Amino acid sequence: MAEYQNLFTSVQPVGPLHDGVALPKGDWNRTGTPFLVHLLGRIGNAQIGPVYLGSLGVASLLFGTIAFNIIGFNMLASVDWNPIQLLRQLFWLALEPPPPAFGLSIPPLAQGGWWIITGFLLTVSIMLWWARTYRRARQLGLGTHVAWAFAAAIWLYLVCGLFRPIMMGSWSEAVPFGVFPHLDWVSALSLRYGNLFYNPFHALSIVFLYGSVLLFAMHGATILAVSRFGGEREIEQIVDRGTASERAALFWRWTMGFNATMESIHRWAWWFAVLCPLVGGVGILLTGTVVDNWYLWSVKHHVVPGYPQVGPLVIDPALLGVKP
Amino acid sequence: MNNTMRLVILSGATLLTALLAGCERPPIETVQTGFRGTGIEQIYNPRTLAKQATLNQAPAAPEPASPDGPKAKDVYKNVQLLGDLSVAEFSRTMASITQWVAPEAGCAYCHNQENFADDAKYTKVVARRMIQMTQRVNGDWKTHVAATGVTCYTCHRGNNIPAQVWFAPKDRKYANSLLGDLAGQNQPSKSVGLTSLPFDPFTPYLKGFSEIRLNGNEAMTMKGAAENRTSTKQAEHTYGLMVHMSESLGVNCTYCHNTRNFQSWEESRPQRVTAWYGIRMARDLNNEYMVPLTDKFPAGRLGPTGDVAKINCTTCHQGAYKPLYGAQMAKSFPELQALAKQ
Repeated sequence: MAEYQNLFTSVQPVGPLHDGVALPKGDWNRTGTPFLVHLLGRIGNAQIGPVYLGSLGVASLLFGTIAFNIIGFNMLASVDWNPIQLLRQLFWLALEPPPPAFGLSIPPLAQGGWWIITGFLLTVSIMLWWARTYRRARQLGLGTHVAWAFAAAIWLYLVCGLFRPIMMGSWSEAVPFGVFPHLDWVSALSLRYGNLFYNPFHALSIVFLYGSVLLFAMHGATILAVSRFGGEREIEQIVDRGTASERAALFWRWTMGFNATMESIHRWAWWFAVLCPLVGGVGILLTGTVVDNWYLWSVKHHVVPGYPQVGPLVIDPALLGVKP
Repeated sequence: MNNTMRLVILSGATLLTALLAGCERPPIETVQTGFRGTGIEQIYNPRTLAKQATLNQAPAAPEPASPDGPKAKDVYKNVQLLGDLSVAEFSRTMASITQWVAPEAGCAYCHNQENFADDAKYTKVVARRMIQMTQRVNGDWKTHVAATGVTCYTCHRGNNIPAQVWFAPKDRKYANSLLGDLAGQNQPSKSVGLTSLPFDPFTPYLKGFSEIRLNGNEAMTMKGAAENRTSTKQAEHTYGLMVHMSESLGVNCTYCHNTRNFQSWEESRPQRVTAWYGIRMARDLNNEYMVPLTDKFPAGRLGPTGDVAKINCTTCHQGAYKPLYGAQMAKSFPELQALAKQ
């Protein structure tokens, strides 16, 4: 039974291609004829399609495409309409929010106006996509866990691009649309507000981020390890524990004294994942609005260790006056 | 192993190679310079350091000349700066400057060969001002150059124009269009170490007097006059300047800063004070010496927006934490040590 100890899914049961369950009245038809891709079957389900587009999906894609194009054409214009330079410099290019002088007013198109429009369109697109995940889950008779997990990510997006800039009174505080530029924004934000690593919500967010990774690895490994005993039937085993569940539980109880259950492990995972952007968003929202310098905040709350003075005493030369 | 697996492994290996191709080949040496656990350390690659070292060698100084004999101002005409030197000393200085700045063109680079006293060539007028600038640096900016000092060679390195100078960047071709505002950043630019940070940190900080500091002294956000109004975008500009300094000196952030708290002077290394004066020095030299010379230069020597070549950290440092790795070159030229009376 060594086939489960493999990088790729080695079992590909292929049945007749199917559309899935019947859709309720008022829903759109599904698009496309389903087909099989063996290679994709190695990392997931081999059947591709059909896709449910629906009114929310189409509207979301429409708004998203316009936003994507505004960003793309601004990037293309910023390299003087040279498509080769667009490709070469793609990771450096960006659509920037307005300069600080404009505050929360509507700036000219060329100086951040496009950014405002894009931000609006992208937000609408994301919200529509959220509604789509909610409605699709409901139509399938599912719980709405995925939609609420997605909402947690949207919260962080809105904090960075909408809530915090409004509270700071300046669109310029928002994130640019661009690969390296948005990372530079992160560094600059940390530098400006006295090192974000001293923001306890940032610390919590990292705990949940790395915690998610750890839980994911532990859970994935555990289930693969007990799949030889039928452990992949996790949902059934919530109420009907078989030897796979028992062995998995025992393994963790023996190694660390405590174990999750077939049900609770998924709650652990969901909450860790959801709390990562939730608390991260709280940390960003407080940055600049309530706390101006996280390092000094941490000094104030006695969480910064002191180090002995090893070099000569350094004094701010601005206090001594410039010579000459 | 079937063909699909071979294909997957092959493309995986290709991807990995491509990803690693941009990396620097080891070894990497780490030198601790601060208290343990603070990460205050310098990272070097001995290979690149060896290459750097050969590029930053000071030339041997000529033998000192005799101070006896008639003075230069009594023998030559139109000697405005170094007239109190003996003729032998004066010739030694002129020969050295020729070696440092115009080894190929020789005296004729600045002088009218028919009449050395003639000021017709712009290069002579500029050179005179540059001698004053060197004296200014050595005499008044000891806070930055200490006793090591500078000579023409510190920047020129045998070039008519120092290899590392800066001009105000030219706008892109369609800068005034409705789309594609760069906001002064987001292009891979050498001036900021190929990051997408603002690519001209020099105009505001090394020519202008914009505030570099970002952090306030209060933990909490204050109201009214006590509020720290510095924006995140300003932080990107400061960051750009700091990347420039780091690249110019071939050092990490921790050469000066304790990165847990960039603002704190108490936790910084003394090198940060030297750097602080360096910024003021570059500003002083650009505004007092370079910018006023703008109309002396022919158009071909000016930048894309018609501004004069200006100084930043790289102009002297050229990748070394001290220019020419601190070679005591200026010592052999006492006439360049203090501002000459005019």
